[in-house]
Amino acid sequence: MLRDITIGQYYPAKSVIHRLDPRVKLFATLIFIVSMFLFKTFVGYIVAGIALITVIKMSKVPFKFIVKGLKTIWMLLCFTLIFNVILTDGTILFEWKFIKISIEGIRNAIFMGFRLFFLIIGSSLMTLTTTPNQLTDGMETGLRGLKKIKIPVHEMAMMMSIALRFIPILMEETDKIMKAQSARGADFEEGKLMERIRALVPIFVPLFISAFRRANDLAMAMEARCYRGDNNRTRMNPLKYKKEDGLAYLSLVLYVAILIVADRTLGPIAESPITKLSTSLSAMVHIFNCL
Amino acid sequence: MIKARKLAYEYIRRDEEGNVEGIIRALDGVDLDVKRGDFVAILGHNGSGKSTIAKEINAILEPTEGTLYVDGIDVSNGEKVWEVRQTAGLVFQNPDNQIVASVVEEDVAFGPENLGVPTDEIHKRVDYALERVEMTSYRKSSPNALSGGQKQRVAIAGILAMKPKCIVLDEPTAMLDPGGRKEVIRTLHELNKNEGITILLITHYMTEVKDADKVIVMDDGKIVMQGTPKQVFSRVDELKAHHLDVPQVTELAYELKKGGINLPDGILTNKEFVDALLGQR
Repeated sequence: MLRDITIGQYYPAKSVIHRLDPRVKLFATLIFIVSMFLFKTFVGYIVAGIALITVIKMSKVPFKFIVKGLKTIWMLLCFTLIFNVILTDGTILFEWKFIKISIEGIRNAIFMGFRLFFLIIGSSLMTLTTTPNQLTDGMETGLRGLKKIKIPVHEMAMMMSIALRFIPILMEETDKIMKAQSARGADFEEGKLMERIRALVPIFVPLFISAFRRANDLAMAMEARCYRGDNNRTRMNPLKYKKEDGLAYLSLVLYVAILIVADRTLGPIAESPITKLSTSLSAMVHIFNCL
Repeated sequence: MIKARKLAYEYIRRDEEGNVEGIIRALDGVDLDVKRGDFVAILGHNGSGKSTIAKEINAILEPTEGTLYVDGIDVSNGEKVWEVRQTAGLVFQNPDNQIVASVVEEDVAFGPENLGVPTDEIHKRVDYALERVEMTSYRKSSPNALSGGQKQRVAIAGILAMKPKCIVLDEPTAMLDPGGRKEVIRTLHELNKNEGITILLITHYMTEVKDADKVIVMDDGKIVMQGTPKQVFSRVDELKAHHLDVPQVTELAYELKKGGINLPDGILTNKEFVDALLGQR
Protein backbone atom coordinates (compact mmCIF):
# COMPACT_ATOMS: atom_id res chain seq x y z
CA MET A 1 0.00 0.00 0.00
CA LEU A 2 2.81 2.39 0.85
CA ARG A 3 4.37 1.66 -2.49
CA ASP A 4 1.59 3.32 -4.42
CA ILE A 5 2.57 6.80 -3.28
CA THR A 6 4.05 8.80 -6.13
CA ILE A 7 6.65 11.44 -5.54
CA GLY A 8 5.74 14.88 -6.68
CA GLN A 9 2.77 15.07 -8.98
CA TYR A 10 4.24 14.75 -12.43
CA TYR A 11 1.64 14.37 -15.16
CA PRO A 12 3.29 12.63 -18.12
CA ALA A 13 2.30 14.11 -21.47
CA LYS A 14 4.01 15.21 -24.65
CA SER A 15 3.70 18.97 -24.84
CA VAL A 16 5.83 22.02 -25.50
CA ILE A 17 5.66 22.89 -21.82
CA HIS A 18 6.93 19.44 -20.83
CA ARG A 19 9.81 19.77 -23.25
CA LEU A 20 10.94 23.17 -21.98
CA ASP A 21 14.23 23.44 -20.13
CA PRO A 22 13.57 23.11 -16.37
CA ARG A 23 15.49 26.34 -15.80
CA VAL A 24 12.98 28.21 -17.96
CA LYS A 25 10.10 26.75 -16.03
CA LEU A 26 11.66 27.52 -12.65
CA PHE A 27 12.42 31.08 -13.64
CA ALA A 28 9.03 31.61 -15.26
CA THR A 29 7.23 30.36 -12.16
CA LEU A 30 9.24 32.74 -10.03
CA ILE A 31 8.43 35.66 -12.33
CA PHE A 32 4.78 34.67 -12.45
CA ILE A 33 4.62 34.67 -8.65
CA VAL A 34 6.28 38.08 -8.49
CA SER A 35 3.98 39.40 -11.22
CA MET A 36 1.02 38.61 -8.98
CA PHE A 37 2.04 41.57 -6.84
CA LEU A 38 2.69 44.00 -9.67
CA PHE A 39 -0.87 45.02 -10.49
CA LYS A 40 -3.69 46.72 -8.63
CA THR A 41 -6.72 46.66 -10.92
CA PHE A 42 -8.79 43.79 -12.20
CA VAL A 43 -7.39 44.24 -15.72
CA GLY A 44 -4.21 42.69 -14.31
CA TYR A 45 -6.17 39.65 -13.22
CA ILE A 46 -7.59 39.26 -16.69
CA VAL A 47 -4.13 39.42 -18.28
CA ALA A 48 -2.66 36.95 -15.77
CA GLY A 49 -5.68 34.69 -16.17
CA ILE A 50 -5.38 34.63 -19.96
CA ALA A 51 -1.67 33.88 -19.71
CA LEU A 52 -2.28 31.05 -17.26
CA ILE A 53 -5.07 29.52 -19.34
CA THR A 54 -2.89 29.61 -22.47
CA VAL A 55 -0.07 27.78 -20.67
CA ILE A 56 -2.47 25.21 -19.24
CA LYS A 57 -3.92 24.56 -22.71
CA MET A 58 -0.40 24.19 -24.13
CA SER A 59 0.67 21.81 -21.37
CA LYS A 60 -2.12 19.33 -22.17
CA VAL A 61 -2.66 18.73 -18.45
CA PRO A 62 -6.41 18.40 -17.82
CA PHE A 63 -7.80 21.29 -15.77
CA LYS A 64 -9.46 18.85 -13.34
CA PHE A 65 -6.07 17.40 -12.53
CA ILE A 66 -4.66 20.83 -11.73
CA VAL A 67 -7.58 21.81 -9.51
CA LYS A 68 -7.03 18.62 -7.50
CA GLY A 69 -3.89 20.25 -6.19
CA LEU A 70 -6.00 23.00 -4.64
CA LYS A 71 -7.71 20.60 -2.26
CA THR A 72 -4.90 20.73 0.25
CA ILE A 73 -4.95 24.52 0.53
CA TRP A 74 -8.71 24.90 0.51
CA MET A 75 -8.73 25.82 4.21
CA LEU A 76 -6.01 28.42 3.79
CA LEU A 77 -7.95 30.00 0.96
CA CYS A 78 -11.15 30.20 3.04
CA PHE A 79 -9.34 31.73 6.01
CA THR A 80 -7.74 34.37 3.83
CA LEU A 81 -11.09 35.27 2.35
CA ILE A 82 -12.86 35.52 5.72
CA PHE A 83 -10.11 37.58 7.33
CA ASN A 84 -9.96 39.91 4.39
CA VAL A 85 -13.70 40.49 4.51
CA ILE A 86 -13.76 41.08 8.26
CA LEU A 87 -10.60 42.99 8.86
CA THR A 88 -10.58 45.56 6.05
CA ASP A 89 -11.68 49.04 7.08
CA GLY A 90 -13.93 51.04 4.81
CA THR A 91 -17.55 51.82 4.16
CA ILE A 92 -19.48 49.44 6.31
CA LEU A 93 -22.22 47.47 4.63
CA PHE A 94 -23.22 45.30 7.48
CA GLU A 95 -22.32 45.26 11.17
CA TRP A 96 -22.98 42.73 13.88
CA LYS A 97 -21.11 42.86 17.18
CA PHE A 98 -17.40 42.85 16.25
CA ILE A 99 -17.99 41.71 12.67
CA LYS A 100 -17.89 44.55 10.20
CA ILE A 101 -18.27 43.85 6.51
CA SER A 102 -17.19 46.61 4.19
CA ILE A 103 -17.31 47.06 0.44
CA GLU A 104 -13.53 47.33 0.35
CA GLY A 105 -13.30 44.13 2.36
CA ILE A 106 -15.33 42.16 -0.16
CA ARG A 107 -13.31 43.61 -2.99
CA ASN A 108 -10.03 42.76 -1.27
CA ALA A 109 -11.20 39.25 -0.48
CA ILE A 110 -12.18 38.51 -4.06
CA PHE A 111 -8.91 39.88 -5.38
CA MET A 112 -6.79 38.09 -2.80
CA GLY A 113 -8.64 34.85 -3.47
CA PHE A 114 -7.87 35.04 -7.18
CA ARG A 115 -4.29 35.99 -6.45
CA LEU A 116 -3.75 32.89 -4.31
CA PHE A 117 -5.62 30.73 -6.80
CA PHE A 118 -3.34 31.92 -9.62
CA LEU A 119 -0.23 31.49 -7.48
CA ILE A 120 -0.98 27.91 -6.62
CA ILE A 121 -2.08 26.90 -10.09
CA GLY A 122 0.98 28.56 -11.57
CA SER A 123 3.43 26.77 -9.35
CA SER A 124 1.71 23.38 -9.47
CA LEU A 125 1.74 23.66 -13.25
CA MET A 126 5.52 23.58 -13.00
CA THR A 127 5.64 20.45 -10.83
CA LEU A 128 3.02 18.82 -13.04
CA THR A 129 5.11 19.22 -16.17
CA THR A 130 8.61 18.66 -14.78
CA THR A 131 9.97 15.43 -13.27
CA PRO A 132 11.67 15.78 -9.89
CA ASN A 133 14.96 14.84 -11.51
CA GLN A 134 14.69 17.57 -14.11
CA LEU A 135 13.83 20.01 -11.36
CA THR A 136 16.97 19.12 -9.40
CA ASP A 137 19.03 19.42 -12.56
CA GLY A 138 17.46 22.76 -13.34
CA MET A 139 18.12 24.08 -9.87
CA GLU A 140 21.73 22.94 -9.93
CA THR A 141 22.55 24.58 -13.25
CA GLY A 142 20.18 27.52 -12.85
CA LEU A 143 21.47 28.51 -9.43
CA ARG A 144 25.14 27.90 -10.25
CA GLY A 145 25.85 31.58 -9.67
CA LEU A 146 25.02 31.18 -5.98
CA LYS A 147 28.17 29.11 -5.53
CA LYS A 148 30.14 32.34 -5.52
CA ILE A 149 28.48 33.34 -2.27
CA LYS A 150 29.32 29.93 -0.77
CA ILE A 151 25.91 28.31 -1.15
CA PRO A 152 26.53 24.58 -1.79
CA VAL A 153 24.22 24.31 -4.79
CA HIS A 154 25.71 21.11 -6.18
CA GLU A 155 25.65 19.35 -2.82
CA MET A 156 22.04 20.34 -2.25
CA ALA A 157 21.03 19.08 -5.67
CA MET A 158 22.93 15.82 -5.09
CA MET A 159 21.18 15.37 -1.75
CA MET A 160 17.82 15.95 -3.36
CA SER A 161 18.40 13.45 -6.15
CA ILE A 162 19.67 10.82 -3.71
CA ALA A 163 16.61 11.40 -1.53
CA LEU A 164 14.41 10.89 -4.58
CA ARG A 165 16.21 7.66 -5.37
CA PHE A 166 15.87 6.29 -1.85
CA ILE A 167 12.31 7.31 -0.98
CA PRO A 168 10.74 4.29 -2.73
CA ILE A 169 13.34 1.96 -1.19
CA LEU A 170 12.69 3.25 2.32
CA MET A 171 8.93 3.07 1.73
CA GLU A 172 9.25 -0.57 0.80
CA GLU A 173 11.36 -1.12 3.87
CA THR A 174 8.77 0.55 6.13
CA ASP A 175 6.18 -1.75 4.62
CA LYS A 176 8.36 -4.77 5.38
CA ILE A 177 9.06 -3.71 8.96
CA MET A 178 5.37 -3.02 9.57
CA LYS A 179 4.48 -6.48 8.33
CA ALA A 180 7.20 -8.06 10.46
CA GLN A 181 5.96 -6.22 13.54
CA SER A 182 2.30 -7.05 12.84
CA ALA A 183 3.27 -10.69 12.47
CA ARG A 184 4.58 -10.48 16.03
CA GLY A 185 1.35 -8.97 17.30
CA ALA A 186 1.94 -5.23 16.96
CA ASP A 187 -1.26 -3.28 16.39
CA PHE A 188 -1.13 -0.09 14.35
CA GLU A 189 -4.79 0.33 13.53
CA GLU A 190 -6.48 0.51 16.90
CA GLY A 191 -6.11 2.31 20.20
CA LYS A 192 -5.98 5.92 21.28
CA LEU A 193 -3.82 8.49 19.58
CA MET A 194 -0.98 8.17 22.09
CA GLU A 195 -1.04 4.40 21.88
CA ARG A 196 -0.87 4.55 18.12
CA ILE A 197 2.03 6.96 18.20
CA ARG A 198 3.81 4.69 20.63
CA ALA A 199 3.21 1.73 18.30
CA LEU A 200 5.18 3.55 15.62
CA VAL A 201 8.40 3.57 17.65
CA PRO A 202 9.27 -0.06 16.78
CA ILE A 203 8.91 0.90 13.13
CA PHE A 204 11.00 4.03 13.14
CA VAL A 205 13.91 2.69 15.15
CA PRO A 206 14.79 -0.12 12.71
CA LEU A 207 14.01 2.17 9.79
CA PHE A 208 16.47 4.80 11.03
CA ILE A 209 19.17 2.24 11.70
CA SER A 210 18.82 0.77 8.25
CA ALA A 211 18.74 4.24 6.67
CA PHE A 212 22.04 5.12 8.36
CA ARG A 213 23.56 1.84 7.24
CA ARG A 214 22.42 2.51 3.68
CA ALA A 215 23.84 6.02 3.84
CA ASN A 216 27.18 4.64 4.97
CA ASP A 217 27.23 2.05 2.18
CA LEU A 218 26.23 4.60 -0.42
CA ALA A 219 28.89 7.06 0.69
CA MET A 220 31.52 4.37 0.33
CA ALA A 221 30.20 3.31 -3.07
CA MET A 222 30.23 6.93 -4.25
CA GLU A 223 33.81 7.37 -3.10
CA ALA A 224 34.78 4.14 -4.81
CA ARG A 225 33.40 5.67 -8.00
CA CYS A 226 35.62 8.70 -7.58
CA TYR A 227 32.96 11.12 -6.38
CA ARG A 228 34.68 14.23 -5.01
CA GLY A 229 31.94 16.80 -5.03
CA ASP A 230 31.80 19.38 -7.74
CA ASN A 231 35.49 19.34 -8.65
CA ASN A 232 35.79 19.31 -12.42
CA ARG A 233 32.71 17.17 -12.82
CA THR A 234 31.09 16.80 -16.24
CA ARG A 235 27.55 15.83 -17.09
CA MET A 236 26.17 13.14 -19.34
CA ASN A 237 23.13 15.23 -20.25
CA PRO A 238 24.06 18.86 -19.61
CA LEU A 239 21.14 21.25 -19.88
CA LYS A 240 21.20 23.15 -23.13
CA TYR A 241 18.86 25.94 -24.15
CA LYS A 242 16.87 25.24 -27.32
CA LYS A 243 14.99 27.57 -29.61
CA GLU A 244 11.70 27.08 -27.80
CA ASP A 245 13.34 28.01 -24.51
CA GLY A 246 14.32 31.35 -25.99
CA LEU A 247 10.76 31.85 -27.21
CA ALA A 248 9.50 31.01 -23.74
CA TYR A 249 11.75 33.66 -22.19
CA LEU A 250 10.54 36.16 -24.79
CA SER A 251 6.88 35.44 -24.04
CA LEU A 252 7.63 35.78 -20.36
CA VAL A 253 9.03 39.28 -20.89
CA LEU A 254 6.06 40.13 -23.08
CA TYR A 255 3.66 38.89 -20.44
CA VAL A 256 5.17 41.08 -17.73
CA ALA A 257 5.23 44.10 -20.08
CA ILE A 258 1.61 43.67 -21.15
CA LEU A 259 0.56 43.10 -17.56
CA ILE A 260 2.11 46.33 -16.30
CA VAL A 261 1.09 48.46 -19.25
CA ALA A 262 -2.50 47.18 -19.29
CA ASP A 263 -2.81 47.60 -15.55
CA ARG A 264 -1.51 51.19 -15.61
CA THR A 265 -3.41 52.42 -18.70
CA LEU A 266 -6.58 50.38 -19.04
CA GLY A 267 -6.92 49.69 -15.35
CA PRO A 268 -8.12 53.09 -14.11
CA ILE A 269 -10.55 53.46 -17.02
CA ALA A 270 -12.02 50.03 -16.52
CA GLU A 271 -12.15 50.53 -12.79
CA SER A 272 -14.08 53.80 -12.95
CA PRO A 273 -17.55 52.22 -13.22
CA ILE A 274 -16.71 50.05 -10.25
CA THR A 275 -15.43 53.02 -8.27
CA LYS A 276 -18.57 54.95 -9.18
CA LEU A 277 -20.70 52.00 -8.12
CA SER A 278 -18.97 51.68 -4.81
CA THR A 279 -19.11 55.42 -4.08
CA SER A 280 -22.82 55.48 -4.86
CA LEU A 281 -23.24 52.34 -2.78
CA SER A 282 -21.45 53.91 0.15
CA ALA A 283 -23.54 57.06 -0.27
CA MET A 284 -26.63 54.93 -0.12
CA VAL A 285 -25.40 53.17 2.97
CA HIS A 286 -24.65 56.53 4.52
CA ILE A 287 -28.16 57.83 3.82
CA PHE A 288 -29.63 54.59 5.06
CA ASN A 289 -27.68 54.89 8.28
CA CYS A 290 -28.77 58.49 8.78
CA LEU A 291 -32.40 57.55 8.46
CA MET B 1 48.33 -5.95 -11.28
CA ILE B 2 47.87 -6.22 -7.55
CA LYS B 3 50.85 -6.85 -5.33
CA ALA B 4 50.63 -6.99 -1.54
CA ARG B 5 53.47 -7.69 0.86
CA LYS B 6 52.93 -8.38 4.57
CA LEU B 7 49.68 -6.45 4.40
CA ALA B 8 47.93 -5.84 7.72
CA TYR B 9 44.95 -3.89 8.90
CA GLU B 10 43.75 -3.26 12.43
CA TYR B 11 40.30 -2.12 13.44
CA ILE B 12 40.64 -0.21 16.68
CA ARG B 13 37.65 -0.25 18.93
CA ARG B 14 37.40 2.71 21.30
CA ASP B 15 35.19 3.37 24.29
CA GLU B 16 33.30 6.62 24.78
CA GLU B 17 36.32 8.57 26.00
CA GLY B 18 38.32 7.46 22.99
CA ASN B 19 40.55 5.05 24.86
CA VAL B 20 41.54 1.96 22.98
CA GLU B 21 39.33 -0.88 24.12
CA GLY B 22 40.50 -3.57 21.80
CA ILE B 23 42.29 -4.14 18.56
CA ILE B 24 40.99 -6.51 15.92
CA ARG B 25 43.56 -7.57 13.39
CA ALA B 26 41.42 -8.05 10.29
CA LEU B 27 44.39 -8.65 8.02
CA ASP B 28 47.57 -10.21 9.23
CA GLY B 29 50.62 -10.44 6.99
CA VAL B 30 48.93 -11.10 3.66
CA ASP B 31 51.06 -11.64 0.56
CA LEU B 32 48.94 -11.41 -2.55
CA ASP B 33 49.84 -11.43 -6.24
CA VAL B 34 47.26 -11.01 -8.96
CA LYS B 35 48.52 -11.07 -12.54
CA ARG B 36 47.01 -8.91 -15.28
CA GLY B 37 44.05 -10.66 -16.95
CA ASP B 38 43.62 -13.21 -14.18
CA PHE B 39 40.35 -14.28 -12.63
CA VAL B 40 41.16 -14.71 -8.96
CA ALA B 41 38.68 -15.72 -6.29
CA ILE B 42 39.04 -15.13 -2.57
CA LEU B 43 37.04 -17.49 -0.39
CA GLY B 44 36.44 -17.10 3.29
CA HIS B 45 33.72 -17.18 5.90
CA ASN B 46 32.40 -14.06 7.65
CA GLY B 47 35.09 -12.10 9.42
CA SER B 48 37.98 -13.73 7.61
CA GLY B 49 39.26 -10.36 6.41
CA LYS B 50 38.29 -10.74 2.78
CA SER B 51 36.23 -7.54 2.61
CA THR B 52 39.02 -5.59 4.27
CA ILE B 53 41.33 -6.56 1.40
CA ALA B 54 38.80 -5.22 -1.11
CA LYS B 55 38.59 -1.88 0.70
CA GLU B 56 42.36 -1.59 0.90
CA ILE B 57 42.76 -2.26 -2.81
CA ASN B 58 40.31 0.60 -3.42
CA ALA B 59 42.15 2.89 -1.01
CA ILE B 60 39.06 3.24 1.18
CA LEU B 61 41.08 1.81 4.05
CA GLU B 62 44.75 2.56 4.44
CA PRO B 63 47.00 -0.40 5.33
CA THR B 64 48.21 -0.37 8.93
CA GLU B 65 51.33 -2.28 7.97
CA GLY B 66 52.86 -3.63 4.82
CA THR B 67 52.67 -2.40 1.24
CA LEU B 68 50.04 -2.68 -1.44
CA TYR B 69 50.53 -1.74 -5.08
CA VAL B 70 47.72 -1.56 -7.63
CA ASP B 71 49.07 -1.43 -11.17
CA GLY B 72 52.30 -0.06 -9.78
CA ILE B 73 50.63 2.68 -7.72
CA ASP B 74 51.11 2.68 -3.97
CA VAL B 75 47.63 2.86 -2.40
CA SER B 76 48.98 4.69 0.66
CA ASN B 77 49.96 7.61 -1.56
CA GLY B 78 47.19 10.09 -0.75
CA GLU B 79 47.63 12.03 -3.99
CA LYS B 80 46.97 9.01 -6.18
CA VAL B 81 43.77 7.86 -4.47
CA TRP B 82 41.55 8.69 -7.45
CA GLU B 83 43.92 7.02 -9.85
CA VAL B 84 43.85 3.86 -7.75
CA ARG B 85 40.05 3.90 -7.58
CA GLN B 86 39.77 4.34 -11.30
CA THR B 87 42.22 1.51 -12.00
CA ALA B 88 40.61 -0.97 -9.62
CA GLY B 89 36.85 -0.49 -9.48
CA LEU B 90 34.98 -1.87 -6.49
CA VAL B 91 31.50 -3.45 -6.61
CA PHE B 92 29.74 -3.89 -3.28
CA GLN B 93 27.39 -6.44 -1.84
CA ASN B 94 24.08 -4.58 -1.63
CA PRO B 95 22.91 -3.61 -5.11
CA ASP B 96 20.44 -0.99 -3.83
CA ASN B 97 22.97 0.88 -1.75
CA GLN B 98 25.43 1.52 -4.55
CA ILE B 99 23.14 2.86 -7.24
CA VAL B 100 23.12 6.64 -7.06
CA ALA B 101 20.80 7.88 -9.80
CA SER B 102 17.12 7.20 -10.47
CA VAL B 103 17.71 6.22 -14.09
CA VAL B 104 19.93 3.29 -15.13
CA GLU B 105 21.99 5.17 -17.73
CA GLU B 106 22.53 8.14 -15.44
CA ASP B 107 23.85 5.83 -12.78
CA VAL B 108 26.29 4.24 -15.19
CA ALA B 109 27.39 7.76 -16.15
CA PHE B 110 28.06 8.70 -12.52
CA GLY B 111 31.65 7.41 -12.50
CA PRO B 112 32.77 9.07 -15.76
CA GLU B 113 30.99 12.28 -14.71
CA ASN B 114 33.08 12.33 -11.55
CA LEU B 115 36.23 11.77 -13.57
CA GLY B 116 35.45 14.79 -15.72
CA VAL B 117 35.05 12.86 -18.98
CA PRO B 118 33.62 15.00 -21.83
CA THR B 119 29.90 14.59 -22.58
CA ASP B 120 30.08 12.69 -25.89
CA GLU B 121 32.72 10.33 -24.49
CA ILE B 122 30.40 9.65 -21.51
CA HIS B 123 27.65 8.61 -23.93
CA LYS B 124 30.04 6.25 -25.70
CA ARG B 125 31.20 4.72 -22.43
CA VAL B 126 27.65 4.26 -21.14
CA ASP B 127 26.63 2.53 -24.39
CA TYR B 128 29.68 0.30 -24.18
CA ALA B 129 29.24 -0.58 -20.50
CA LEU B 130 25.52 -1.32 -20.76
CA GLU B 131 26.10 -3.49 -23.80
CA ARG B 132 28.82 -5.51 -22.04
CA VAL B 133 26.48 -6.39 -19.16
CA GLU B 134 23.48 -6.86 -21.51
CA MET B 135 21.39 -4.12 -19.92
CA THR B 136 21.03 -1.83 -22.94
CA SER B 137 17.27 -2.34 -23.19
CA TYR B 138 16.83 -1.11 -19.62
CA ARG B 139 18.83 2.10 -20.00
CA LYS B 140 15.88 4.41 -19.35
CA SER B 141 14.34 2.32 -16.55
CA SER B 142 14.33 3.08 -12.87
CA PRO B 143 16.71 0.85 -10.86
CA ASN B 144 13.81 0.08 -8.52
CA ALA B 145 12.08 -1.82 -11.30
CA LEU B 146 15.01 -4.21 -11.82
CA SER B 147 15.73 -7.60 -10.25
CA GLY B 148 18.69 -8.05 -7.90
CA GLY B 149 20.86 -9.63 -10.58
CA GLN B 150 20.06 -6.83 -13.01
CA LYS B 151 20.84 -4.16 -10.42
CA GLN B 152 24.17 -5.78 -9.70
CA ARG B 153 24.93 -5.82 -13.44
CA VAL B 154 24.11 -2.12 -13.58
CA ALA B 155 26.56 -1.60 -10.71
CA ILE B 156 29.20 -3.50 -12.69
CA ALA B 157 28.43 -1.35 -15.74
CA GLY B 158 28.90 1.73 -13.56
CA ILE B 159 32.43 0.57 -12.75
CA LEU B 160 33.07 -0.55 -16.32
CA ALA B 161 32.28 2.95 -17.62
CA MET B 162 35.28 4.20 -15.65
CA LYS B 163 37.49 1.97 -17.84
CA PRO B 164 39.20 0.10 -15.02
CA LYS B 165 41.97 -2.42 -15.54
CA CYS B 166 40.74 -4.49 -12.67
CA ILE B 167 37.37 -5.01 -10.96
CA VAL B 168 37.17 -6.09 -7.34
CA LEU B 169 33.82 -7.51 -6.26
CA ASP B 170 33.02 -7.80 -2.57
CA GLU B 171 30.45 -10.59 -2.26
CA PRO B 172 28.44 -9.34 -5.22
CA THR B 173 26.06 -12.30 -5.15
CA ALA B 174 25.35 -12.58 -1.43
CA MET B 175 21.96 -10.87 -1.69
CA LEU B 176 20.84 -12.40 -4.99
CA ASP B 177 18.69 -15.35 -5.90
CA PRO B 178 20.33 -18.32 -7.69
CA GLY B 179 19.32 -17.00 -11.13
CA GLY B 180 20.78 -13.55 -10.47
CA ARG B 181 23.92 -15.15 -9.08
CA LYS B 182 24.53 -17.06 -12.29
CA GLU B 183 23.92 -13.95 -14.41
CA VAL B 184 26.49 -11.96 -12.47
CA ILE B 185 29.16 -14.68 -12.49
CA ARG B 186 28.68 -15.27 -16.22
CA THR B 187 29.00 -11.53 -16.87
CA LEU B 188 32.27 -11.47 -14.92
CA HIS B 189 33.75 -14.34 -16.89
CA GLU B 190 32.79 -12.64 -20.15
CA LEU B 191 34.43 -9.39 -19.08
CA ASN B 192 37.52 -11.29 -18.07
CA LYS B 193 37.73 -13.24 -21.33
CA ASN B 194 36.58 -10.65 -23.88
CA GLU B 195 37.81 -7.38 -22.38
CA GLY B 196 40.87 -8.73 -20.59
CA ILE B 197 39.83 -7.14 -17.31
CA THR B 198 41.42 -8.59 -14.21
CA ILE B 199 38.73 -9.86 -11.83
CA LEU B 200 39.11 -10.32 -8.11
CA LEU B 201 35.96 -12.04 -6.86
CA ILE B 202 35.39 -12.20 -3.13
CA THR B 203 32.72 -14.64 -2.07
CA HIS B 204 31.80 -17.45 0.24
CA TYR B 205 30.05 -19.61 -2.34
CA MET B 206 32.44 -22.29 -3.52
CA THR B 207 30.42 -23.15 -6.62
CA GLU B 208 30.97 -19.63 -7.98
CA VAL B 209 34.72 -19.93 -8.09
CA LYS B 210 35.11 -23.24 -9.91
CA ASP B 211 36.05 -21.54 -13.18
CA ALA B 212 38.53 -19.11 -11.63
CA ASP B 213 42.21 -19.22 -12.57
CA LYS B 214 43.25 -19.18 -8.95
CA VAL B 215 41.50 -19.61 -5.63
CA ILE B 216 42.70 -18.12 -2.37
CA VAL B 217 41.19 -19.21 0.93
CA MET B 218 41.37 -16.80 3.84
CA ASP B 219 40.73 -17.34 7.49
CA ASP B 220 41.45 -15.09 10.45
CA GLY B 221 43.12 -12.43 8.34
CA LYS B 222 45.62 -14.83 6.80
CA ILE B 223 45.85 -16.67 3.53
CA VAL B 224 45.54 -20.33 4.44
CA MET B 225 45.24 -22.09 1.09
CA GLN B 226 45.80 -21.17 -2.53
CA GLY B 227 45.98 -22.85 -5.89
CA THR B 228 43.78 -23.83 -8.82
CA PRO B 229 40.15 -24.65 -7.96
CA LYS B 230 40.83 -28.39 -8.38
CA GLN B 231 43.80 -28.30 -6.04
CA VAL B 232 41.97 -26.36 -3.38
CA PHE B 233 38.70 -28.24 -3.53
CA SER B 234 40.32 -31.63 -3.20
CA ARG B 235 41.26 -30.73 0.38
CA VAL B 236 37.73 -31.00 1.77
CA ASP B 237 38.71 -31.53 5.41
CA GLU B 238 40.87 -28.43 5.44
CA LEU B 239 38.13 -26.34 3.81
CA LYS B 240 35.67 -27.46 6.44
CA ALA B 241 38.13 -26.59 9.17
CA HIS B 242 38.10 -23.03 7.78
CA HIS B 243 34.29 -22.90 8.11
CA LEU B 244 33.54 -23.01 4.39
CA ASP B 245 30.38 -24.61 3.07
CA VAL B 246 31.57 -27.43 0.90
CA PRO B 247 29.01 -28.40 -1.79
CA GLN B 248 27.29 -31.71 -1.07
CA VAL B 249 28.55 -33.44 -4.25
CA THR B 250 32.10 -32.46 -3.48
CA GLU B 251 31.84 -33.88 -0.01
CA LEU B 252 30.14 -37.07 -1.22
CA ALA B 253 32.79 -37.60 -3.88
CA TYR B 254 35.49 -36.95 -1.32
CA GLU B 255 34.05 -39.48 1.11
CA LEU B 256 33.59 -42.07 -1.64
CA LYS B 257 37.17 -41.56 -2.68
CA LYS B 258 38.33 -42.07 0.88
CA GLY B 259 36.26 -45.25 0.87
CA GLY B 260 38.31 -46.61 -2.00
CA ILE B 261 36.37 -45.61 -5.09
CA ASN B 262 38.56 -44.16 -7.78
CA LEU B 263 37.20 -40.64 -8.41
CA PRO B 264 39.04 -37.52 -9.58
CA ASP B 265 39.83 -34.71 -7.11
CA GLY B 266 37.74 -31.60 -6.58
CA ILE B 267 34.39 -32.56 -8.11
CA LEU B 268 32.12 -29.52 -7.86
CA THR B 269 29.00 -30.15 -9.94
CA ASN B 270 26.45 -32.94 -10.15
CA LYS B 271 27.30 -33.43 -13.82
CA GLU B 272 31.01 -33.91 -13.16
CA PHE B 273 30.15 -36.41 -10.43
CA VAL B 274 27.77 -38.41 -12.60
CA ASP B 275 30.26 -38.46 -15.47
CA ALA B 276 33.01 -39.61 -13.16
CA LEU B 277 30.83 -42.37 -11.71
CA LEU B 278 29.76 -43.53 -15.17
CA GLY B 279 33.39 -43.59 -16.19
CA GLN B 280 34.01 -46.17 -13.48
CA ARG B 281 32.56 -49.01 -15.50
